[in-house]
Amino acid sequence: MDSALFPEGVKRCSPKVFLLWTLPWLALLAWGGLSAFLCLWKGLNQTNMSNIFAFAIWIVFDLAVIALGAGAFFTGFLTYVIGRKELKSIINAAVIIGFICYSGAVAMLGIDIGQPIRGWFIFWHANVHSMLTEVSFCISAYLGVLAIEYIPIILENRQIEKVPHLRLFGHNLHHIMGVFAATGTFLSFFHQGSLGGMFGVMYARPFAERWDFYVWPTTFFLFVFSAIAAGPCFTILCTKLTEAISRKKLVPDNAVQFLARLSGWLLSGYLVLKIIDTAVWANTTVPNAGLGLMDFYREGPYGIWMLIAEIGIFGIVPAVMLMIPQVRQNPAGLIVACLMNCTGIVLNRFVFIIATLAIPVMPFARFWSYLPTWQEWGIAMALVGYGFLLFSVSYRYLPVFPKEQELNPAMNG
Amino acid sequence: MKATEGKYKYGMVINLDKCTGCGTCTVACAAENNLSVIRDETDKQRTISWMQLFKVTNGKPFPDTEVSYFPRPCMHCHNHTPCVSVCPPTATKMDYNNGIVSQIYTRCIGCRYCQAACPYQARYFNWWDGHFPKGTERYLSPEVSVRMRGVVEKCSFCHHRLMRAKEQAYAEDRRELEDGEYITACTEVCPAEAITFGDLNDPDSKVAKLSKHPQAFRLLERIGTEPKVYYISSKDWVRRMADNYHPNEFQPV
Repeated sequence: MDSALFPEGVKRCSPKVFLLWTLPWLALLAWGGLSAFLCLWKGLNQTNMSNIFAFAIWIVFDLAVIALGAGAFFTGFLTYVIGRKELKSIINAAVIIGFICYSGAVAMLGIDIGQPIRGWFIFWHANVHSMLTEVSFCISAYLGVLAIEYIPIILENRQIEKVPHLRLFGHNLHHIMGVFAATGTFLSFFHQGSLGGMFGVMYARPFAERWDFYVWPTTFFLFVFSAIAAGPCFTILCTKLTEAISRKKLVPDNAVQFLARLSGWLLSGYLVLKIIDTAVWANTTVPNAGLGLMDFYREGPYGIWMLIAEIGIFGIVPAVMLMIPQVRQNPAGLIVACLMNCTGIVLNRFVFIIATLAIPVMPFARFWSYLPTWQEWGIAMALVGYGFLLFSVSYRYLPVFPKEQELNPAMNG
Repeated sequence: MKATEGKYKYGMVINLDKCTGCGTCTVACAAENNLSVIRDETDKQRTISWMQLFKVTNGKPFPDTEVSYFPRPCMHCHNHTPCVSVCPPTATKMDYNNGIVSQIYTRCIGCRYCQAACPYQARYFNWWDGHFPKGTERYLSPEVSVRMRGVVEKCSFCHHRLMRAKEQAYAEDRRELEDGEYITACTEVCPAEAITFGDLNDPDSKVAKLSKHPQAFRLLERIGTEPKVYYISSKDWVRRMADNYHPNEFQPV
């Protein structure tokens, strides 16, 4: 029925099967829609956020998907600026994943702020000293860049491409994509960094505070580094999931292996800096605040396990796995290592957001706990539903994987 | 971003030896500043109390148990005010001329970054629309705007009282305020006279003299926020409660 819209020479499932596939994701979106309506209509009292947990699960999701979506800018940088030709087979997928992550995060932030209609005040009354201002400017601009990078992929749809002007426009955009990739890299560097900076500059919260390098706290650089270490792994995971569901090979191994190897080295580099940073923090910032390292890890569930899990189990282990060719060339080894890498980065964001707020600074302030409401989960899960839906629709109708036809000659439809 | 010293620097000294924890300061503050109530005031993570009382004990069993209270307004931090520097739409500012950290409710977007940055838990978000039980709306002060849902609010050192005092002085052809002419609502009502308010830059003011008392201290002094709220206590264990110390580091006065 819709086969005229499929990319040239590839096979897709029937519309009925596709509709069934989209139903769970549409259900998640409906759940999120209801939650968003309640939060916008009745206010943020629909959540379990509080004056203690001013940031909560939505900010964790935001920072997590923005870090995981870093595959878009980093793969774009490697493809168009550095000139790694093999990555052209995965760059479209990376761009779409990035677009999903960033647009989802921006939509989520629109609900998270108490006065969404005043969101533009950040740009109008901008406080240039605030890391959140830098985040807002760079994320908004980068979302625009991602949209520009996404447009040529849409214009490559078999029917749209028949319109001469649109085809020409798409081809011209392709030619100048290096400029947007470089712009995206610049913007991403600053917003990934400023997201980390947001926590490092909170000098009155010793758990988050980090020493400054020039005008930025070390978390600025650590967040950039960790995002480019985890982003490509998330792109690999999404690609492998698409391959598993569609039962096709979509990306040549050389592209995946290059990204996996690079991730391994970047993660190792990041971990070296993270360990140095943690050691410096534990021996300067923490004692200067009159505290010992273990003072931070004795409240509720936020024990020292967080540090061990983040740096050791979900840091060093996947870094080593990704650096060993035999492990990353093993399909299961690659998936496990990528999953662990992404988990470690999400845990890092969780610790900086939730644990920072949960640990009281005043000696006589009590510890509070937090669990999200169904409305909070609804909006967070809507991001997952939106991601699956947009990626599925893109895969069905757009040439997301340019090598698909070549890699699956027997399945050409 | 070290604050440029202005002519005035309003601050407060709270004598914890005098404080009985009666809560009058909290009630007066709420009435003076049109603080809204929420339907379930037992939800202590989301209630609004610009002047909050923290009860502390020395941890010893009866009969050696001692109790003290920390009334905690906004500290109006003077150095690199944690909330001011992070607020993206510049909705909170410190007036360098008087040291008061103010909140612009109509500019606040409700991102709550300021709450995350404040170590004193002195900032409150309006999780609900303002609620004033029937009849209480008639007691609202016309000098203080009520806040809308979705914005952050905090103690303003009763800034409207400063405006009022300045207008009075102007009407009387004076350019300077007398010590004690501008005081906050909590200062005025405290039955034990535990709170003293005034200009810390005026060496002759009562508050400036008390802030130099040997037993005066501030909350979390070592992180460097330079609060303009001082406390006095003759009890070592109370002074030790005000900050984090390594073993054997605390020096009794």
